[in-house]
Amino acid sequence: MAALDATRVRDGLDAETVKTVQAMAGKYKHGWQTDIETEFAPKGLNEDIVRLISAKNGEPEWMTEWRLAAFRRWQGMEEPTWAMVDYPAIDYQDQYYYARPKALATKPKSLDEVDPKLLATYARLGIPLKEQMILAGVEGADGAPAAARKVAVDAVFDSVSVGTTFKEELRKAGVIFCAISEAVREHPELVRKYLGSVVPPTDNFFATLNSAVFSDGSFVYVPEGVRCPMELSTYFRINAENTGQFERTLIIADRGSYVSYLEGCTAPKRDTHQLHAAVVEIVALDDAEVKYSTVQNWYPGDEEGRGGIYNFVTKRADCRGARSKVMWTQVETGSAITWKYPSCILRGEESQGEFYSIAIANNAQQADTGTKMVHLGRNTRSRIVSKGISAGRAQNTYRGLVSVHPRATGSRNHTQCDSLLIGNRCGAHTVPYIEVKNNTSRVEHEATTSRIAEDQLFYCRARGMSEEEAVALVVNGFCREVLQALPMEFAMEAQSLVAISLEGSVG
Amino acid sequence: MGRPEPKPAADARLSALPDGTAGWLAEAREAARARARALGLPGRRDEYWRFTNPGPLVAAGAPGIADAAVAGDAEAFAGIDALRLVFRDGVFDAAASDAAALAGVEVVRLADAPRAGWARDLYGRLEAAGHLPVPRPLAAANTALAADGLLIRARTGAARPVMIVYRRSSGSSDGMLHHCVRLDAGARLTLVEAGTGAARLTTVTEVEVGEGAVFHHIRAQGPEEAPVAATHLFARLAARSEFRSFTLTANGRLTRNEAFVEIAGPGALAHLAGAALGDGAFHQDDTVFVRHAAEGCESRQVFKKVLRHGATGVFQGKIHVLPHAQKTDGYQISQALLLDEDAQFLAKPELEIYADDVKCSHGSTAGAIDATSLFYLRARGLPRAEAEALLVLAFLAEAVAEIAEPDLAAAVEALLDDWIGRHRG
Repeated sequence: MAALDATRVRDGLDAETVKTVQAMAGKYKHGWQTDIETEFAPKGLNEDIVRLISAKNGEPEWMTEWRLAAFRRWQGMEEPTWAMVDYPAIDYQDQYYYARPKALATKPKSLDEVDPKLLATYARLGIPLKEQMILAGVEGADGAPAAARKVAVDAVFDSVSVGTTFKEELRKAGVIFCAISEAVREHPELVRKYLGSVVPPTDNFFATLNSAVFSDGSFVYVPEGVRCPMELSTYFRINAENTGQFERTLIIADRGSYVSYLEGCTAPKRDTHQLHAAVVEIVALDDAEVKYSTVQNWYPGDEEGRGGIYNFVTKRADCRGARSKVMWTQVETGSAITWKYPSCILRGEESQGEFYSIAIANNAQQADTGTKMVHLGRNTRSRIVSKGISAGRAQNTYRGLVSVHPRATGSRNHTQCDSLLIGNRCGAHTVPYIEVKNNTSRVEHEATTSRIAEDQLFYCRARGMSEEEAVALVVNGFCREVLQALPMEFAMEAQSLVAISLEGSVG
Repeated sequence: MGRPEPKPAADARLSALPDGTAGWLAEAREAARARARALGLPGRRDEYWRFTNPGPLVAAGAPGIADAAVAGDAEAFAGIDALRLVFRDGVFDAAASDAAALAGVEVVRLADAPRAGWARDLYGRLEAAGHLPVPRPLAAANTALAADGLLIRARTGAARPVMIVYRRSSGSSDGMLHHCVRLDAGARLTLVEAGTGAARLTTVTEVEVGEGAVFHHIRAQGPEEAPVAATHLFARLAARSEFRSFTLTANGRLTRNEAFVEIAGPGALAHLAGAALGDGAFHQDDTVFVRHAAEGCESRQVFKKVLRHGATGVFQGKIHVLPHAQKTDGYQISQALLLDEDAQFLAKPELEIYADDVKCSHGSTAGAIDATSLFYLRARGLPRAEAEALLVLAFLAEAVAEIAEPDLAAAVEALLDDWIGRHRG
């Protein structure tokens, strides 16, 4: 609690409030771990480990070679240092790159065969792995027809997929939704065509590492003209100690299709840092639309910065087709370090990219996150709304690129970055890159940094709210544009996460 | 950020440092030489040179310009009553300069540095403190090598501006000037700079603004098309002081204007503005850092660029607020008007903020002339060229408004009019 004690308390705040808030600090409700027998690949990283992961997944030769090529390249690469994050050097040989619950040594044929301990883990996280269930917290909300809302879930536990729900129903619609390890075996033509076509194995240090060692993740293919009948979702859980999670997600939306995809992630509380380096690739063909929403709630570490996930993620969408559209929405509340820039390559004419982000950094968290919008096609449009909130001793950076190429005539971008500082020991930074290379396009960037307005707080408090309720209300208002962009299942979780993440930050 | 191994080209240029300069200046130069060697020369891979190729600025020699002498270009601010000090091809031209003294202001040539002991605490000091977070190796090399320059001290209010006029006769002159300006507490000084000055001109100006002092700086670069220039303005502001700097850049093949302003005392104000006009082979770069290190200060950065025929405008700016600089009011706007499809604007407007009770914002836009406004004016009978000229002036108005002196503002407006008149689409 030293971080909070040292925070200068502003005049007019009552001591009781500060004490209550301090007592609530550092709450992370997903910090427990599942006691389950796990088999590990040997510690460290070398070609044998890469081959082993490939063999465990029963991959064909071409996939193994693809991984090895990435691994060899990675060995000659340097870890990037340009982000405004500071962490001790990572020993890449002191990690496990593959961990699988023993119960999953042979793939269960259906969810009924899955170890109840694993099912209980997801139940406790509020993730339904039974098809008759729906996401916790949604029932009866705001008169929404909860029973009618189905969400298909792919649950990834450490290095492997536990199972995927609603596969049958999705198959009837022609939608393929499965673990990527399964897709490599069952749909090699699709995987071979698209894997690495958006984020090539040579892309950057962390993406190359992922290309070599990714163990599982989700694969989605929505065929031409199909509107995916339900939301798809992947839930990532890191459980094993000293284990990195490297998942890979590939989403292909064929012509005129639509899919909404949700991603959630949590991890147990541990005193040591854990590595998470994921890659997400999205391909949107003509008239396709993909909505990708993330609530990132990895363990953020304690108030002193002990433990927490190092989250180095490469997410990119290729709006390859004309009039295609990709919308990234992210709520980043977890992780000790966040290094993440979900991007859109707007290649197709009149394609659209959107990025809505809330990044909350409290205690000793450091977040360097933003987006890239690369306008290559004519009349392409992008919109960026980023809300950064810093509290405690946290550093929160928006880093973004808007690039309009000479041929991308008639394009349009609007960027809005707002930062909120709570307390006088944190930092909020904005690092946008803007490159405009034709004059029929219009690019606008605006950013503000401020603290929570006293008059807004006063107004709320004068009406009987406690300080922290008032802060939560003002912050929720500050984030509203982004929260509204989330699917309802996530919006509610995100809203309460915003409040929890900021607990203990008042003062 | 510093690279310990000096790059060969830097070493070669640094070895040209003349020996035998006596006293504190020699010490300051020696220290700067070590800094420059440690930093090396800038390259395209350096973060703050990603938009601008430093090649012509770090090449062994100045670019050759065919028209050795410049004729016909009227001197900017010719009608302004000021103490004129002239440099030709990077060397002080005493014959062309005003001999008369200006009450309350002391002006000493860099060569006579021993006569200006006060400059010991300034020469190279602000430059040395201005390398974080961005190294400025050209500035360090300038401190080490500058052949000439002026040490200007204002003890009280100066009745007239001090004007430094840069003239060029040679087609290959490589000027390197270093000026120091100190304003004592309560002093007032307006510094005007005009002209091109050399085929390649590198300047460093260090400005110390004392408590309650007021420093205004108005600069017109150009109107020549071929020269290249790199300027560095380092300023430190004491409590309740005022600093205003405006730069007009018209033409010039490559111009990099760096500014580093540290607001060190409470209640101070720093405004930096720029208007850049480029047509054709024109690359202009404003790299501006304002560091708020004291409470209750205000800063504004207003940079506007009008670009056509392949001209490139660059803006890199930062408002950096330290943890104790509460009640900061920071504003930054960078805008480009792209008059045709070849022009480009590259920007990196940054905020780095460590204090919570602040109000900071920035904005950046790029686009063509607003079609609706153009239609409005044309519907009222204005020919297209005139309507465009009017809209370009309106676009630049926010930057020009930062000039506090009406006569200088009028002179700048005349220069803008002239440029727009000569560069119609």
